[in-house]
Amino acid sequence: MQQIINFVIRNKTFLLFLVLFSLSLILTIQSHSYHRSKFINSANSITGGIYGSINSFSQYFRLRDDNHRLLDENRLLRDKLYNRSTRGDSVVVDSFNTDGTYKFITASVYKNSYSATNNYLTINKGESDGIQEDFGVLTSKGIVGIIDNTSDSYARVMSILNSKSRINAQLKNSNHIGSLIWDGKSPHKVQLVDVSKFAPVNVGDTIITGGQSSIFPKGILIGEIASYESDVSGDTYNIEIDLFNDMTDLGYVYIVKNRDKEEIELLDKTTNE
Amino acid sequence: MNNILSTSVIRFIILVLVQVLICSNINFLGYINPYIYIIFILLFPLKNNRLLLLISSFLIGLTIDVFLDSGGVHAAACVTAAYARPVILKYAFGMLYEHQNIRFGNAELGSLIGYVSIFTIIHHIVLFSLEVFNIFNILVILQKALFSSIFTIILSVLIIIIFSRNSK
Repeated sequence: MQQIINFVIRNKTFLLFLVLFSLSLILTIQSHSYHRSKFINSANSITGGIYGSINSFSQYFRLRDDNHRLLDENRLLRDKLYNRSTRGDSVVVDSFNTDGTYKFITASVYKNSYSATNNYLTINKGESDGIQEDFGVLTSKGIVGIIDNTSDSYARVMSILNSKSRINAQLKNSNHIGSLIWDGKSPHKVQLVDVSKFAPVNVGDTIITGGQSSIFPKGILIGEIASYESDVSGDTYNIEIDLFNDMTDLGYVYIVKNRDKEEIELLDKTTNE
Repeated sequence: MNNILSTSVIRFIILVLVQVLICSNINFLGYINPYIYIIFILLFPLKNNRLLLLISSFLIGLTIDVFLDSGGVHAAACVTAAYARPVILKYAFGMLYEHQNIRFGNAELGSLIGYVSIFTIIHHIVLFSLEVFNIFNILVILQKALFSSIFTIILSVLIIIIFSRNSK
């Protein structure tokens, strides 16, 4: 016993180092598994408050860009609105579904990162605004990510620029689906994998969200095909996508809530059993 | 003693704020950020014991992690670098460290740069290995570590020289 105590006292620095290092390792590993990084995240009142107070200054410098973005979006919406009757009802890809399935909430981005391997955003809406986990986040130009952690008045968004992110997406001109991942290299490019070899893939084609997940409405823009190649197995395509959204410059975002989500999930659960 | 404590606390707060609000948003060439908050560990008082150094390093790393949503990578990197600090100090300053009377502000520039460089490189390699968390991307890890290290070393040395001269 005496010897054990002596050993601990003699090596107390090393032991403390080991304890602290393994604690950080546990936190790191935990942050790599989806939905388990509850403990260390920026959606809390202290970090949210500090980011918020800085944001209240810096938003004045973005007013010009924000106005342009709003004008662009209004133009787009007007285009859609006034051309509706002439376009017919065949393939109207309308992100703003009129039957009330989706509810949109606006939020301001307090923190954005895009240089790490796992990127997150912090936004200024939380549970008190009705935000919950697994709501989709998008801008007028395309998708941004999925809410993965909420506090009372802040929420953390897992960006599509995150190695854990898997989002259902499809080609605009056919219904071939794939999953959207990020290889961690460029913040302007994402990858669409597991696309069937039968899909008509051309450089420049548009990629939109698929209707298979209950998070995003079908038809939200993502990007266009930059290049593609066959997978090593030869059965599927790996497609490189240029994002429409500039992920390095996000001011305001929309959070989309699917009112039918619980019903869809319940249905899935009962059929799986 | 009280003076040292308050200096450390103020330094902690200022460095964390500067780091998360300014330095982590630079993204030079898309991904290069300096991590200047390690100045806190670099300048931690020499006479204090190593346990306190380890705990403070862990705390500042964890604070940065909370702000940047990075899990525990900064904490791990800080603890490792802090554990290696006495060895680096001995290597960089030699005899001066034995006598425990280094003043970082007016130390020889070569020794200071050596100390900051070795410390930064150790910190950054641990940081990016854990952040990328994939041994197959070893080139990405080394690339990120190298470029960020250069940025951090230059900024840290400048900040240490400028601010230490003033407070003398």
